[in-house]
Amino acid sequence: MSTTGLLSRNKIHPLRLALFISCGSILMMFGALTSAYIVRQSAGNWLEFDLPNLFYVSTGVLLLSSVTLQACYSAFGKGHVTLYRGLLALTLILGLSFVILQFQAWEAMFDAGLPLKGNPSPSFVYVLSGLHAAHVLGGLVSLVVAVIHGFRLPVLATPRRKLRLQLTLTYWHFMDFLWIYLLLFFVLQR
Amino acid sequence: MSSVITRPQNEETFIEEDGYDDHFHDHHHGDKYQSNFITKYIFSMDHKMIAKQFLITGMFWAVIGAAMSLVFRLQLGFPAGDISWLEPFLGKWITMSADGVGSLSTEFYYAMVTMHGTILVFFVLTAGLSGTFSNLLIPLQVGARDMASPLLNMLSYWFFFLAGAVMFASLFLSTGPFSGGWTAYPPLSALPQASTGSGAGMTLWLVSLTLFVVSVLLGGINYVTTVLNLRTKGMSMWRLPLTIWAFFVTAIIGILSFPVLVSGFLLLMFDRGMGTSFYLSEIFIGGQALDHVGGSALLYQHLFWFLGHPEVYIIVLPAMGIVSEVLAVNARKPIFGYKAMVFSILAIAFLSFIVWAHHMFMSGVNPFISNFFVVFTLIIAVPSAVKVFNWISTLYRGSIRFNSASLFAIGFVSMFISGGLTGIWLGNSSIDIQLHDTYFVVAHFHIVMGVAAFFGMYSGVYHWYPKMYGRFMNETLGQIHFWGTIISAYAIFWPMHYLGMAGVPRRYYSFNNFDFTSQFGAMNAFITIAAFVAFAFQVLLIINFFYSMYKGKKMTTRNPYNATTLEWTTPIEGIHGNWPGKIPSVHRWAYDYGKFGEDAIAQYVPVSEAEAIADKELVH
Repeated sequence: MSTTGLLSRNKIHPLRLALFISCGSILMMFGALTSAYIVRQSAGNWLEFDLPNLFYVSTGVLLLSSVTLQACYSAFGKGHVTLYRGLLALTLILGLSFVILQFQAWEAMFDAGLPLKGNPSPSFVYVLSGLHAAHVLGGLVSLVVAVIHGFRLPVLATPRRKLRLQLTLTYWHFMDFLWIYLLLFFVLQR
Repeated sequence: MSSVITRPQNEETFIEEDGYDDHFHDHHHGDKYQSNFITKYIFSMDHKMIAKQFLITGMFWAVIGAAMSLVFRLQLGFPAGDISWLEPFLGKWITMSADGVGSLSTEFYYAMVTMHGTILVFFVLTAGLSGTFSNLLIPLQVGARDMASPLLNMLSYWFFFLAGAVMFASLFLSTGPFSGGWTAYPPLSALPQASTGSGAGMTLWLVSLTLFVVSVLLGGINYVTTVLNLRTKGMSMWRLPLTIWAFFVTAIIGILSFPVLVSGFLLLMFDRGMGTSFYLSEIFIGGQALDHVGGSALLYQHLFWFLGHPEVYIIVLPAMGIVSEVLAVNARKPIFGYKAMVFSILAIAFLSFIVWAHHMFMSGVNPFISNFFVVFTLIIAVPSAVKVFNWISTLYRGSIRFNSASLFAIGFVSMFISGGLTGIWLGNSSIDIQLHDTYFVVAHFHIVMGVAAFFGMYSGVYHWYPKMYGRFMNETLGQIHFWGTIISAYAIFWPMHYLGMAGVPRRYYSFNNFDFTSQFGAMNAFITIAAFVAFAFQVLLIINFFYSMYKGKKMTTRNPYNATTLEWTTPIEGIHGNWPGKIPSVHRWAYDYGKFGEDAIAQYVPVSEAEAIADKELVH
């Protein structure tokens, strides 16, 4: 990706700044949906139910993947090749597991008599967690790219490659943060 | 007084000495951007080319959107008239009576009104205005080689193009395009069986606008990053021209509000396709009860207007920025109250997020909540008035050059005042009981954000046309275009206020059946004629635009207006990377006009010791 006009005076890389702004944009999207949830809930006729336990399991998996990717990034900077590659692969596996667990959680909700159709209360949970999972899939794509780079290219911590990994890391942490926000929201906003 | 300004002898050699060296030309990566026809003209990553793409696509849509308004104005102005001559274009949407009189089908009337709104608001006044001038001016005026990410910038245009292609396709559906109003309120938008346009038409509408939001976000993220991160040496935020401040804040508003629209659309898609009930409550269609329960149509309105209101500032702020710059250049005076202008832009942007429910006063929201929105809506009049005061003060005792660009800028101020004042009426929830959904509203928003934003865009087109094509547009045609447009625009929209005060509702197909509306038949005919005249004058602009591209007066000097900003230090032939050598360093703000008897001092001119001393004396 070209970065014309990149000045050495920059305190933050333009692409990193662009990513932060994108995260703000994504946050507004989820903020809008959780606001809609509150507005709709306060109107009454609202079904109360317990979240499937699988959501808590998936939360743990996602948190762990954030930790492994962070460790992977620092191993890359220090040149620990095996550790870097191992943690990168592990993060990808954990990330995939998260999406699979989310899918199973939706199945558990459906089996518990909470379909997508019907009362908007479970519908909101499906849509919000589904939209989040879609964004995680985007993160998985960049993780796959990172894995291909990690195993195919020589491990050299050039500024360009550090930046690439850092961008993936930032987005992945953001996905983590976003899910924690959603989970707390679902739990507290009953 | 002998001048205290020390000017560099030669601009180019001085920039080579004083400018900032980013080693851009060491790499020769510029050539790959423009090496062949496809990379230069189609999938271009050069911000100047992308700006032209946005502008010409915007013009295409403006013609289509305006032509649609002529079609429905014919129905409103001459309801009994025969329009069978339109049959070759509109086909089955012209219904022929037994005695051979053709009239517009009611479904298609609504479809035209809907498409006119959607196209003008999103494709013309968002993409065509902000997309064009943010792309052209941000890198040139902040002193950057290009946008932060040229790739995302290119994608931004092509997502807009795709959005347009999908919308264009929807015009040719056998069931017609979406016809439930540009706001797409459920249930008309949520139930495919609700009206003819609610099926495939609405589906394509949703797809198109979702693609459009992607375009706006990719563009906006780029604009903000470029302004924050790629300013040249010495270009502090307080030295930015007001154009850049306006585009910057516009982009922020877009980044924060368009995702909310997508959220609203997402729930709508689920309601349409997956059978959820976010917006749909107990509904009967054709005597049959649907199994949707417990939804709230108001929820959509909240989500829509949380974008919808900031959207009007996304439209008008770039026009305001362009007008500020054009007025200062052509009045040969510093913009009056530069910081007040910036703070007004910021205040308008902030307030735009907490006034959305003034679009919903009559939709059953709690009247006590309405009070909150009334207060903040009326407060927007304050920064708006500050801006108007500053524009007029900038003109006051200026040596004004009355050219097409400055005339349209002055016309913008006129339109903004006329339309802004009626905004104060409509912002009151009590007056809204009478005026809501009448032609008063139509008149208000067309003047304040339709015509005014167009005037800002025209002003920018005439002013920066030489920067885009290296030639000037024809000045005589430009001035005829201005006078014709301002007179016919007022002729269209001024009478609508009277219709609205009398309670004539908007969006109706025909007014013949009610006494209180049928009395305005002559006035409606007058408005329709004025609309046709206005359209004819816009044809003049299009002819001028394309004719001047090849035959216009050539630009012979880099800085034809003797302006201060950096875009006029670049070569006449736009090159990749904008400056052939170093990027100029900036030493002063953008509005040093008439300082110490100098006509204009460009931003790259350093402040000499004598000037610094004289500055201090001026302050004390």
